[in-house]
Amino acid sequence: MKVHLLFRGRDFDLQQNLPPHEPDLTQDLGLHNLFDAMAGGDEFLYRVAKQAVLTSFSIDIETILYRQAILQDCLRNTASIKHLYDLAVETIEGERKHWWSRASRSPSGVLFGAVESLHRFMGILTKLKRMADEYAGHFKSTGFTAFFKMIQEELADEYLASIKTHIKQLKFREGVLVSAKLGKGNVGTNYVLRQPQWRRTNWFRLIFSRRLSAYTYRIADRDEAGARILSEMRDQGINLVANAAAQSADHILSFFILLRTELAFYLGCVNLHRTLVQKGIPLSFPVPAPPNSQRHSCVGLRDIGLALTLDHGVVGNDLNAEGMRLVLITGANQGGKSTFLRSIGLAQLMMQSGMFVAAESFEAEICRGLFTHFKREEDATMECGKLDEELKRMNFIVESLTPDSMLLFNESFAATNEKEGSEIARQIIRALLETRVKIFIVTHLYEFALSFCENRMNHIHFLRAERESDGTRTFKLLPGKPLPTSFSADLYEEIFGNGEEHPQSSDLCG
Amino acid sequence: MTPTDTQFESVRVMQTTISEECRLLEAASPLLSFHFHSILFERAEDETSEESTEPPEFFYDLNLDQIVDAITAGRSEYNLKPFFYKRPRNLTCILYRQQIMRDLEKQSIHASIKSFSNQMRSVRLHLNASEKIHYEYGRKAWFLDAVELYCEAVLELGRSLNRDEPSARGLRAFQEYLTQYTESEGFKALVQETKAVKSKLSAIRYCLLIRNGSLTVLNSDSETDYSTVIEEIFSRFKQGTVKDYRVQFSPVSSMNHVEAAVLERVAWLNPDAFRALDVFCASHRDFLDQKIVTFDRQIQFYIAYLEYIERFKNVGLKFCYPRLSSLRKNMANRDGFDLALADKLIREKADIVCNDFTLKGCERIFVVTGPNQGGKTTFARVFGQIHYIASLGCPVPGSEARLFLFDRLFTHFEREEEITTLRGKLKEDLIRIHRILAEATSNSIIIINEMFSSTSMKDAVFLTRRILETISRLDLFCVCVTFLDELSSLNEKTVSIVATVLPDNPTVRTYKLERRTADGLAYALSIAEKYRLTYKQLKERIQQ
Repeated sequence: MKVHLLFRGRDFDLQQNLPPHEPDLTQDLGLHNLFDAMAGGDEFLYRVAKQAVLTSFSIDIETILYRQAILQDCLRNTASIKHLYDLAVETIEGERKHWWSRASRSPSGVLFGAVESLHRFMGILTKLKRMADEYAGHFKSTGFTAFFKMIQEELADEYLASIKTHIKQLKFREGVLVSAKLGKGNVGTNYVLRQPQWRRTNWFRLIFSRRLSAYTYRIADRDEAGARILSEMRDQGINLVANAAAQSADHILSFFILLRTELAFYLGCVNLHRTLVQKGIPLSFPVPAPPNSQRHSCVGLRDIGLALTLDHGVVGNDLNAEGMRLVLITGANQGGKSTFLRSIGLAQLMMQSGMFVAAESFEAEICRGLFTHFKREEDATMECGKLDEELKRMNFIVESLTPDSMLLFNESFAATNEKEGSEIARQIIRALLETRVKIFIVTHLYEFALSFCENRMNHIHFLRAERESDGTRTFKLLPGKPLPTSFSADLYEEIFGNGEEHPQSSDLCG
Repeated sequence: MTPTDTQFESVRVMQTTISEECRLLEAASPLLSFHFHSILFERAEDETSEESTEPPEFFYDLNLDQIVDAITAGRSEYNLKPFFYKRPRNLTCILYRQQIMRDLEKQSIHASIKSFSNQMRSVRLHLNASEKIHYEYGRKAWFLDAVELYCEAVLELGRSLNRDEPSARGLRAFQEYLTQYTESEGFKALVQETKAVKSKLSAIRYCLLIRNGSLTVLNSDSETDYSTVIEEIFSRFKQGTVKDYRVQFSPVSSMNHVEAAVLERVAWLNPDAFRALDVFCASHRDFLDQKIVTFDRQIQFYIAYLEYIERFKNVGLKFCYPRLSSLRKNMANRDGFDLALADKLIREKADIVCNDFTLKGCERIFVVTGPNQGGKTTFARVFGQIHYIASLGCPVPGSEARLFLFDRLFTHFEREEEITTLRGKLKEDLIRIHRILAEATSNSIIIINEMFSSTSMKDAVFLTRRILETISRLDLFCVCVTFLDELSSLNEKTVSIVATVLPDNPTVRTYKLERRTADGLAYALSIAEKYRLTYKQLKERIQQ
């Protein structure tokens, strides 16, 4: 019996290692906001959301679509999903009070605890079977259809009945029958438990009726040592069956743990969906494209982090970067460049984990890794200079870079003068572009940005943060080549009063 | 006699020694295929008196006690120390051992012997266990196993030796003995009977019905394995790996009364098999062959030593089989080292410095001088250790060795604990050295370490000179560690050995000892230089 709601034919692994750059990614993209919204205060939901989103780089398009269909089922049947989830939680919580009796050091103890748990599970499995019978018709996705069908088949009534009989037999009220041979020092060994073919038969009658020779040894009443040895022999006899019973109980428990875990992801998505719909954010299921297909376009893309924290609506951005390998973003300070970069990263992660995105429409190639290199505050420990720290992080990224990765740079390599910074950035970006990666870069390094205009390179998309002619920001990014200043003059003007109009030298880039 | 003549003379002497060895070897071999005495002593008359439990007097001074402790560590069951306390009486026996040692250095032979020892240990463990069991059929089962293991051990050793083809005459003689033994009627019958009784017992199957307070033993009746039934019925829930709940039952060391009762009933159900066991035990009480048992113990002398020197070889140190001669008197050792010290340094992962020594022609006495902690005492110990170990028939530290087969070895090391008064100690020193000189012959070795340090320099020079003159007259080999530079060129028999320091940093010892004239001056000056106290330095400093 398998859950397989996150992967077709595979369990979800909550223990899988997160990528080594996970802290940077979480910090730079503001992923905590996303996970918080999914968790709705539930620690377990938070953990599953984080794990699912941050391990989504290895997922193929088929799995993305598999999850999208399941998520749509969930959004249609929120109450049923909650019931299933609650049953799993109830099973696990109930077992929490009992599991330790299985952890006994003697096989008798192990068997006793296991039989108790199995007995409890029988009731729950019967309930699960009834739920499957009731819900199956309302779910359309491949994943859920298969899940309910499996429950109905595997937990057929006659199977559940035969289990009940065995659970009763496992109490060994008639004594334990084992076969043995003589081992080292003529001590009995190779104890194998035998299933008696009869029930409620008097042993002695049996022995005489079959004409077996048999010799009985009685432990004297006061022989405590003898009684202890006898129970140890019994333990050796039931060692394997106790193990089998306890492991079965564990397997059933793992089934419910997995069920809870995998449902938790969808429950998180349902929570997020509810919140964003309330805020009036447009949501849609994205269209994933194969890696390296150089597709990337969207309409009305929002930064979820911002949307979740602000009460008023947020501005959506459009992008049409078909066939582009590098998106180079320049323009006004506080013009929405970083927000856009974050929304690109978030949408990518959400798409790859099978979620909806905050956009009217979104299509993008899937990537095998997502890396962020954002400007940071000065290192408080004074252990290394800022540029040193930036390059160290860059080195770390390069170490774990895989083909078909996506990199988001936000004002990188600006910790030195523009000439040097530009040269460093140019060399790094040039080299990266010659491998199969996709790059979004927000930069103020004019010389660096300009070098990409001059060289008439293909696959480069230029975006610029807009400002109105009076200098106010619209937070909209529009296609546009770099301008020699990042409008810091605005600030100057704001403080020193209006001076000359700036030359709008958009022809500078030829 | 000129030095060249002396050298020539000694080379010729050396050659006669070697040819003498060869003659002995040839003479011995035809005899030996007929009779095997023991693996340590070729002939019964080589094995002198009782085994000694006390180490020779010089053991402590040369740190041989530490070395032997390390060699025999973890092998107390064999009581090997007496073998290291007593030297074989003659060169033939030393060569007998060297040959065996060389064979055992071969991986295959070494492995065969190790395997045999492990099996024999198992035999002993089984016999011990058997004696401790109160219940008859438990005791007899362990005895039966002991016999089975012994037969296997002996047969396997025979097969291995036939395959390995040892070349040492000792091992070949033993191999011959083993073949005769295993082909004897008695041994063959032992093997046969063991097998028969074993197979009868292991064929027995029975069932146990365990209920509260009682056990019923009955003949086996095939029924299904219920564990697999349960496993099967729950198999559809399998979800990857889960905890293993099986409890590990510790193997029963001795039989308890409930098991004994079960066994008794199993015996009632299978009377034939147990009657056979009774007969077997009664008729093979003394199944061990004493020569094989002795071999198992004595061969450990070689194994222990070879395994001990492995740790030195692993760090690149060399061992060699010395050429020994009791005739005159040319000796050399290249790349020697102190075993006890090297053992310690390896554990501390420190470097080990090797040293050479050579005495040619009429040279007899090493006078060792130099800074404290410079390796002087170590040099003396190396000289003594190497000679002693060589005389046991073992390979010695060094890449090449020509050594002297001495009759007695004496050491005179400073003994702090015996100090009572100043005069007491000096007197004690003199008494000891007098006794040594009275007992020593021209074939002895004397090793002296810091004699007369408790008297004035003038007295010490006088006394030591007298002693060394006596030693020179006796014409014996001697190492004398001293702080008295004056004695390093006493006469043509003395060779001066100096512990060296690094020229530019005199506080660093190289632990290299060189054959050169002793001049304490260079050392003292360099220390002064380091503290800027030379004349020149002082002049400059004062000027400032």
